[in-house]
Amino acid sequence: MEYLKPMEPTRIPSNGDSLFQDITLAPDIPIYATTAAYNKDPCPNKLHLGIGVYRTEEGKCHTLNVVKQVEQTLANDLSADKEYLPITGMPEFNKLSAKLMFGSGSPAIKESRVVTVQCVSGCLSLRVGAEFLAKHYHQHVVYLPGPTYGNHPNLISAAGLTLKTYRYYDPKTLVLDFQGLLEDLGSALSGAIVLFHACGHNPTGVDPTCQQWEQIRQLVRQRGLLPFFDCAYQGLVSGNLDDDAQSIRMFGCDGGECVVAQSYSKNMGLYGERIGSLSIVCKTADVARRVESQLKLIIRPLYSNPPIHGAAIVTAILKDRDLYQKWTNELKAMRDRLVQVRRQLYDSLCNKGTPGDWSHFIKQVGMYSFTGLNKDQVDFLTREYHIYMSSDGRINIGGLSSKAVPYFADAIHDAVISSLPSSTLA
Amino acid sequence: MFRICLQGAYRDDNGKPVVLECVREAERRIAGNLNMEYLPMGGSVKMVEETLKLAYGENSELIKEKRIAAVQALSGTGACRLFADFQKRFCPDSQIYIPVPTWANHHNIWRDAQVPQKTYHYYHPESKGLDFAAMIDDIKGMSLFSSQNAPNGSFFLLHACAHNPTGVDPSEEQWREISHHIKAKGHFAFFDMAYQGFASGDPEKDAKAIRIFLEDGHHIGIAQSYAKNMGLYGQRVGCLSVLCEDEKQAVAVKSQLQQLARPMYSNPPVHGALIVSTILSDPDLKKQWLKEVKVMADRIIGMRTALRGNLEKLGSPLSWQHITNQIGMFCYSGLTPEQVDRLTNEFHIYMTRNGRISMAGVTTGNVEYLANAIHEVTK
Repeated sequence: MEYLKPMEPTRIPSNGDSLFQDITLAPDIPIYATTAAYNKDPCPNKLHLGIGVYRTEEGKCHTLNVVKQVEQTLANDLSADKEYLPITGMPEFNKLSAKLMFGSGSPAIKESRVVTVQCVSGCLSLRVGAEFLAKHYHQHVVYLPGPTYGNHPNLISAAGLTLKTYRYYDPKTLVLDFQGLLEDLGSALSGAIVLFHACGHNPTGVDPTCQQWEQIRQLVRQRGLLPFFDCAYQGLVSGNLDDDAQSIRMFGCDGGECVVAQSYSKNMGLYGERIGSLSIVCKTADVARRVESQLKLIIRPLYSNPPIHGAAIVTAILKDRDLYQKWTNELKAMRDRLVQVRRQLYDSLCNKGTPGDWSHFIKQVGMYSFTGLNKDQVDFLTREYHIYMSSDGRINIGGLSSKAVPYFADAIHDAVISSLPSSTLA
Repeated sequence: MFRICLQGAYRDDNGKPVVLECVREAERRIAGNLNMEYLPMGGSVKMVEETLKLAYGENSELIKEKRIAAVQALSGTGACRLFADFQKRFCPDSQIYIPVPTWANHHNIWRDAQVPQKTYHYYHPESKGLDFAAMIDDIKGMSLFSSQNAPNGSFFLLHACAHNPTGVDPSEEQWREISHHIKAKGHFAFFDMAYQGFASGDPEKDAKAIRIFLEDGHHIGIAQSYAKNMGLYGQRVGCLSVLCEDEKQAVAVKSQLQQLARPMYSNPPVHGALIVSTILSDPDLKKQWLKEVKVMADRIIGMRTALRGNLEKLGSPLSWQHITNQIGMFCYSGLTPEQVDRLTNEFHIYMTRNGRISMAGVTTGNVEYLANAIHEVTK
């Protein structure tokens, strides 16, 4: 308990005034504002390509069949209770999640060097990881890729860490600025934390190749940087869970330490259940034990212990061979649809002869695509075609059905043509 | 061999954890039927609406006038933490006054939110009741013996009912006086209400303290939890509300609460919220819930009576009145740490060393054994 010097009295409210009298309305978070605008729009052809939620071909919300099946089982299981989970979450969930990411043959897991705690979504996993580093790691600077998921800066800085950027996406070539990345990490502060997207980079869809990951790994280890992965799309990028975890496994298997935040929002469609995990790969089992105890102290004053339901669903699926198979099949189908829509969009734009190189649509991977459209063109799409997307030009491929691709291609074509200087149209 | 655990969650008369029937029914209805998309940042609108009615009153004018900023939170812990972060951001010079004793995690929450904390007198060990005079002195900032005089406009954490860990609640008259003095000093009252319905068996009765403060015109904050009263412990369902001047301010405050939630969990979990809203918006399910809450509360009240009765029958020289005076899940027995250790080592009875007994772990099957053991270590 702290006993401090006498405090300045807070303003004494008069006439029952609120202490929060002067609070101003916070600005809308851009992605939610986009969704609100979409919802209000009466146009029947409108498209929501903003928020990162996977939709079916019919444009409907998608709950996986295997998840529905598991939910029925859980609801009918009279032996299950709703007691508090431990602070670190469901033990079986934690073990299975670690195996999913690091591989069942992972030496780090076998040597008990991996701490995995269930957290309330990928977001809170990132936040708890950041809080842990702010408290226990000597270096408080985090390098984020430019660009990155909109909430990363908030999550990291809320823990009191300082943000820097490293070059990642080249807006001119629309691919990875690998040279820039190596230079920036090569000159990063010693021991700095570096945030990586394990696969399916959000918002660009641009991932390093295997060879590039190996070079990155060597540089990171050489410079003593601490890698912090955000793994939110495992399985949705290549369709193969192991392949999508390659970047994590490279770092998890080389004897060094790393931090990984994981989310089941997209790859198991469990969005609103807020289910994710935080893993820390440590040098020794003893360190891992102590790290776990410290994580508990951070978690307890945040939310005490995590919610059961999402963890119960994930655990049921990961531990049962048939359910696991069903899941991987549905996952592959989702991913294949993403690839197919990308191809369809690319072909449409090529057939229309839309000026520009649109191959990035098929080169990029995962749920998102950086269209290459500028802010004016994005506004044009919204205004003229009722198409809603992030102002940075990111679209959610998962929100695009093959039926809507022709309309979208028309819109892009129109946006590009209308923004050309008039002399080129002559 | 007899073994009794007297820490933690509610147990039925067979010592088993309970999932309420209304909860099972709600889960059957929602299983696999609804999508799991993100809730809005402020959580389930329906759940929050129903939850506010429980705290502020079914027909509350304040709800009709939209003066309450409210968001779904990660159970009571999450609601307290969100409020603590909010307090830190918008009243950075303020401090929180916390009762002695309180739920241990309260200290962790405000500490991690970096809000300076002080304490106020609450439990009176000699009488095993409320240290009312000292509590009022602390509120008025007039205690001669305390270095903790509250400057005007401090924040006071109050347990709305069924104080944890002591089970000692102020009477209605005492609440009125507490309200009067808090208002006089311009303090902000923040209620942690984790046991509504669980204390007396009647949620309306258990909200009395809050209603008194509302009548007196305070602008309060409330953390509500469905962990105990709906048995939803591990589902982490709760609500944070802040009463504001008017609708405009409520909108502004809610937007700021959401801003604080974004760099934590972005949006709260859907499942528990769906259970709550399914139950509370269906009149039959709601009636069933109220019945089941009363059963739980009555069982605990019954066990208090039985424990006290057994101790008196054994001819214990001590007074055990406090067992039935105290209310809710917990009883501050007055046992010393050494006596508690003897209970564990000699009688295999597990409880916290501060002498707190979770009455929820007492059953008709073990109450005699428990009384005997307590008598043995205290005679």
